[in-house]
Amino acid sequence: MGQTAFDEIMGDGGEARPELADLVRWLDETPTDDLRRRQEAAETTFRQLGITFAVYGDNDASERIIPFDIVPRVFLADEWTRLSAGLIQRVEAINAFLDDIYGKQEILKAGVLPEELILSNPQFRPEIVGIHPPHGVWAHICGIDLVRTGPDDFFVLEDNARTPSGVSYMLENREAMVRLCPELFEQFRVAAVDSYPDRLLETMRSVAPRTCGQNPNCVVLTPGHYNSAYYEHSFLADSMGIELVEAADLVVDEDVVYMRTIAGRVKVDVIYRRVDDDFLDPLVFRPDSMLGVPGLIAAYAAGNVAIMNAPGNGIADDKAIYSYMPEIVRFYSGKDAALPNVETFRCREPEALRYTLDHLDELVVKLVDGSGGYGMLVGPTASKAEIAAFREALVAEPHRYIAQPTLALSTVPTLADRGLSPRHVDFRPFVLTGSKGVQVVPGGLTRVALKEGSLVVNSSQGGGTKDSFVLLDTGQRPVQSQVMMGGSMVQEQSL
Amino acid sequence: MLSRTASSLYWLGRYVERADFIARLVEATVRLDVLSPRPAGEAAWQSALVVTETEEAFKASGASLTREAVARFLTSDTSHPGSIVRCLDMARMNAKAVRTALTRESWSAINGAWLVFDKRMSRLDSDRTLALVDAVKAETRGFEGAIHRMLRNQTTLFLRLGQATERVDDTARLLDVKYHILLPEDQSVGGTVDRDQWTTILQTVSAVTAYRWIYNDGLVPANVIDLLLSRAELPRSIAAAIEETVDVLTALAKRTGTHGEAGRMARARHARMTKTRTGDVIVSGLHQHLQALIAENDELHRAIGRQFKFH
Repeated sequence: MGQTAFDEIMGDGGEARPELADLVRWLDETPTDDLRRRQEAAETTFRQLGITFAVYGDNDASERIIPFDIVPRVFLADEWTRLSAGLIQRVEAINAFLDDIYGKQEILKAGVLPEELILSNPQFRPEIVGIHPPHGVWAHICGIDLVRTGPDDFFVLEDNARTPSGVSYMLENREAMVRLCPELFEQFRVAAVDSYPDRLLETMRSVAPRTCGQNPNCVVLTPGHYNSAYYEHSFLADSMGIELVEAADLVVDEDVVYMRTIAGRVKVDVIYRRVDDDFLDPLVFRPDSMLGVPGLIAAYAAGNVAIMNAPGNGIADDKAIYSYMPEIVRFYSGKDAALPNVETFRCREPEALRYTLDHLDELVVKLVDGSGGYGMLVGPTASKAEIAAFREALVAEPHRYIAQPTLALSTVPTLADRGLSPRHVDFRPFVLTGSKGVQVVPGGLTRVALKEGSLVVNSSQGGGTKDSFVLLDTGQRPVQSQVMMGGSMVQEQSL
Repeated sequence: MLSRTASSLYWLGRYVERADFIARLVEATVRLDVLSPRPAGEAAWQSALVVTETEEAFKASGASLTREAVARFLTSDTSHPGSIVRCLDMARMNAKAVRTALTRESWSAINGAWLVFDKRMSRLDSDRTLALVDAVKAETRGFEGAIHRMLRNQTTLFLRLGQATERVDDTARLLDVKYHILLPEDQSVGGTVDRDQWTTILQTVSAVTAYRWIYNDGLVPANVIDLLLSRAELPRSIAAAIEETVDVLTALAKRTGTHGEAGRMARARHARMTKTRTGDVIVSGLHQHLQALIAENDELHRAIGRQFKFH
């Protein structure tokens, strides 16, 4: 696998892609020790700042840093333009799909999707049917996981439309790169990612209920500091300058949401929640949960608060629905999906199940409701016992699984024990939808499988991250205007 | 400000201050131990347990009363909620909960203090104990420095409130150490060992030089008590800490309109304090006076929780 994959920097033949020759020269000329020193400095900073994630069920080291790799992955300007168009099309379709499925359900009437796949899906929330979110936006923040197998071959692996994480790593990785490898930014025109918090806040404010006036009160809702992504929650609230609240800080009175402050209650208009549906409101979802804000969904239904991402979104990124995404895109946009799916076998269908069972050693099999690399079989590297166990589970509950071929994921040179060596990567760009439309932030999170040959990039499974450069088109350099302000140089970049 | 945020900031202030105090107490005890003729050194460690009210807990841990065992118990014992490492753990947890309210500098100072213990679980001889204690002091100093560079808003006020409330308690306990250490039988009050013990207390609050500046006499125990009890110029004195709680509560009332019981109690305590003379305290019993202060401080602590809806 490792030898035949397309390399993002080196291309197919082991010689640098022409546009990236300078990067390869930099890699050649910088001694490995020097790269390693810089990488360690970045990781020390992450440790010092507590940029960590928690690993569930891991008592020895309940907080870990995600390994950081110093070699960036790079998108050329035209690659990015094409990708962005595909991402915008997909996220528009996801929003239209959600609006439809909790509304008129025209896609079901048209017979594009099997009805029971939606209506009996645990991710479909009947409680949400008929609720119309402010400005009709459902998936405000999407993390669309992509893999690449060749120069022009990008595939969507997963749509994350619930609470996608990783954006803090996108920003912190860039911070680290700018500090440790400033020469790269002199050499390459790299699109800035640091406007993300501003754009996110703009998105939040744009979807505030129309009744709440000029200055909506926006908050980030976190499950608390034991959550694995807590660092990110606090980072986002901090960089937007808004309150980070827990459920216990909120109270609903007459369908209006308030937060408890030392001086009494303060009204809340927009909630960026990083809490799963199940734990949002015990009156509507899980009543046994001590977490959650009683009455929140009623306030939402009354149109007094915006919740992003919207409750019920899970139906759009469910792995069983994923396989229908090309049809969904076509249904709402009238065009073919610019970004294809990875070929997917729905094990609920007898023929797909038979094929899957016959080819277990070649396929990746996933639980439709699993995440983070759990409940997953990677056929080519699995043991006989693992395959046997999965076979049993598949036969027992085929509807819970999908299978995909193991792709030759692209690689990027990565600093390994014995110097630079190709490692497989995936990519999660972040797509924002506000009342004025969809935008893609030029960058994202590249996750890298640090083990040679491994295809598993999840941080909970020992994956690392890299900075992701989106190069500005050098032919269009005039789009950069430089303004002198108070002695410091402000660069305005547009794509 | 969220009530939960205010509560976490207050506790953050308290726990950092407490970690610093325990560090100073351990440092003082190492010195007192060294000054005592053996086996009287035990008494110093005993007193450190008494003033932190952890005698019972120490006994329950099954360890015998040795320098190393007590030092470990008070510094790096993760099973003892009053150890420095656990205080820093709690401080860090609170800091994490209010991370958005802190600057990067303040947060990384807390995180740095916590990391001190990461690699220091080895044998604790006197040298290593002192090095550990020094590192903790340096880190908490770094935190105080970072706080002073933050916006002077409610965030810093709640941090300072926790810090000042804790400091009243800590300085009272530190002063009480001397009550629990009996002089060796061949030593007289005012003798060399007695004087060394008082000097140690001064050193612990970094006030040896301050003492020389304020009092022209040589070392007089009554003056040391006066300095720590009622001289507001000394930042670690009880008087300074009591004044600070009044100032902070007043500032919070002004900014947030939260007037209440805690503010009234703090002002009343301050008024009583300004009328108290050190000489009278010594005559009627310093130990009893300190115990009353600690109890009163605990009441104020609870009133603060009620006033700002911490629960």
